[in-house]
Amino acid sequence: MQLIECPWCGPREEVEFHYGGQAHVAYPDDPAALTDEQWAHYVFFRDNPKGRFAERWSHSAGCRRWFNAVRDTATYRFERVHRPDESPTP
Amino acid sequence: MSPRTPGADLPEHPDFLWRNPEPKRSYDVVIVGGGGHGLATAHYLAKNHGITDVAVLEKGWLAGGNMARNTTIIRSNYLWDESAAIYEHALKLWEGLEDDLGYPILFSQRGVLNLAHSLQDVRESVRRVEANKLNGVDAEWIGPDEVRKVCPIVNTSTDIRYPVMGATYQPRAGIAKHDYVAWGFARRIDQAGGDLVQDCEVTGFTTDGDRVTGVRTTRGDIAAGHVVLCAAGHTSVLTDMLGFRVPLQSHPLQALVSELLEPVHPTIVMSNAVHVYVSQAHKGELVMGAGVDSYNGYGQRGAFHIIERQMAAAVELFPVFARAHLLRTWGGIVDVTPDASPVAGRTPYANLTINCGWGTGGFKATPGIGWCLADTVAKGEPHPYVAPFALDRFVTGALVDEHGAAAVAH
Ligand SMILES: Cc1cc2nc3c(=O)[nH]c(=O)nc-3n(C[C@H](O)[C@H](O)[C@H](O)COP(=O)(O)OP(=O)(O)OC[C@H]3O[C@@H](n4cnc5c(N)ncnc54)[C@H](O)[C@@H]3O)c2cc1C
Ligand SMILES: [Zn+2]
Repeated sequence: MQLIECPWCGPREEVEFHYGGQAHVAYPDDPAALTDEQWAHYVFFRDNPKGRFAERWSHSAGCRRWFNAVRDTATYRFERVHRPDESPTP
Repeated sequence: MSPRTPGADLPEHPDFLWRNPEPKRSYDVVIVGGGGHGLATAHYLAKNHGITDVAVLEKGWLAGGNMARNTTIIRSNYLWDESAAIYEHALKLWEGLEDDLGYPILFSQRGVLNLAHSLQDVRESVRRVEANKLNGVDAEWIGPDEVRKVCPIVNTSTDIRYPVMGATYQPRAGIAKHDYVAWGFARRIDQAGGDLVQDCEVTGFTTDGDRVTGVRTTRGDIAAGHVVLCAAGHTSVLTDMLGFRVPLQSHPLQALVSELLEPVHPTIVMSNAVHVYVSQAHKGELVMGAGVDSYNGYGQRGAFHIIERQMAAAVELFPVFARAHLLRTWGGIVDVTPDASPVAGRTPYANLTINCGWGTGGFKATPGIGWCLADTVAKGEPHPYVAPFALDRFVTGALVDEHGAAAVAH
């Protein structure tokens, strides 16, 4: 089983984690100003790259905290993990 | 006596089912992706519309994607009218497909049980059965005693963690041999004059305003009058090149088979609640699957703990499987949408038709979607059965929410 590094707890088994999808999707500043199309993109559309992907993960069966990761979706290798209060993904 | 050459007694290699042509520099229709959907589209373009200047471009080998990795479950008992229409259209085509293709596909209508394990399951199942009946889909609600009659090896005792409270039953559902299906289509396309080009990856597009003029491939540029995307799990990679977005997330989806066993399992059993589904293939292996791995993945493999859970669920439902051995596991890449329904039809490019988002359940649709895409290309207008699955439904809000009928059940 893959070990995933929790920035607080260190390496733990994959089953302890919950996937949160694409990271850094901010809630719109002025939601009412969005067109239907822009709103649809905020609600339903996420990037789906083959390769490097900035993601959110939660250590749900451990410290229960959320963190960010950069992972390769083709090899499943984690490049780096960081806490939300640390510098965002380069 | 002198030793015989190894292999001298083997039969002749069977005839090839299709040529392996060099791609031409131009086609009326270029289909990207040589899985079931791309092949079926090319077949019905020729058969229904006489369009034969067609190439199917496949980056690997024909059916090397999800087409020959799926668990081959075919059914049409979906909840909503839009889904029932296209899946039932497909099921009717499956019923005549062996004759149409002139090739054995081992289509076996052995029925499917979708088990209910909670009051909520029961209510949703009964609702789905009633909806199915209104749409002319064969479906009935049956209690635990009848479940046992249809499939004697299901554990219907009340002392298990998630007792079987009943099931929906679709007798016309079934399985087929997925690689034979692909070969049958491929042979027919080749006979009609279409080119099946393997080892040919589309790496870009040439465009002129709102038209696609051709594709760039690892075997050179190819001009096209119309382009159809049938790339399943890799669709986002292509739409990124074209500069528009489709709400897809690509996930690993795994399946497994046991060693060959005597026939013990006469039907298909699916259970969303305990998270497994099982049938027994013609040769005798138990074929099992469950849900997707949670993270996005293009690796055609998933994590082993998913398999472990699915085996635990299988053994709970079928105690007789406890001592069967796992033979093989594998994974595909499935393209999942927010409403668990496909995306098909128009794109921002006038002569580019998209087909994707079938996620965990598009094998059963193969002849149906091929038929409808061929019609869409020939007439320049989305076929009525694909129209509800347009990309713009995510803007209008007219979703076709099939999570209940499609989540674990494929
Ligand atoms: C484990 C598993 C179990 C499943 N079980 C079922 C089931 O029981 N019932 C059911 O109905 N469905 C099931 N499915 C889903 C079903 O297999 C898919 O929805 C369906 O096969 C998708 O259509 P396809 O056959 O055209 O896809 P694919 O066979 O994946 O075809 C897409 C093709 O496009 C090619 N391609 C991608 N990018 C490019 C490019 N740039 N250039 C050229 N070619 C490209 C790929 O190599 C691939 O061959 C299952 C899937 C999996 C993985
Ligand atoms: Zn932690």
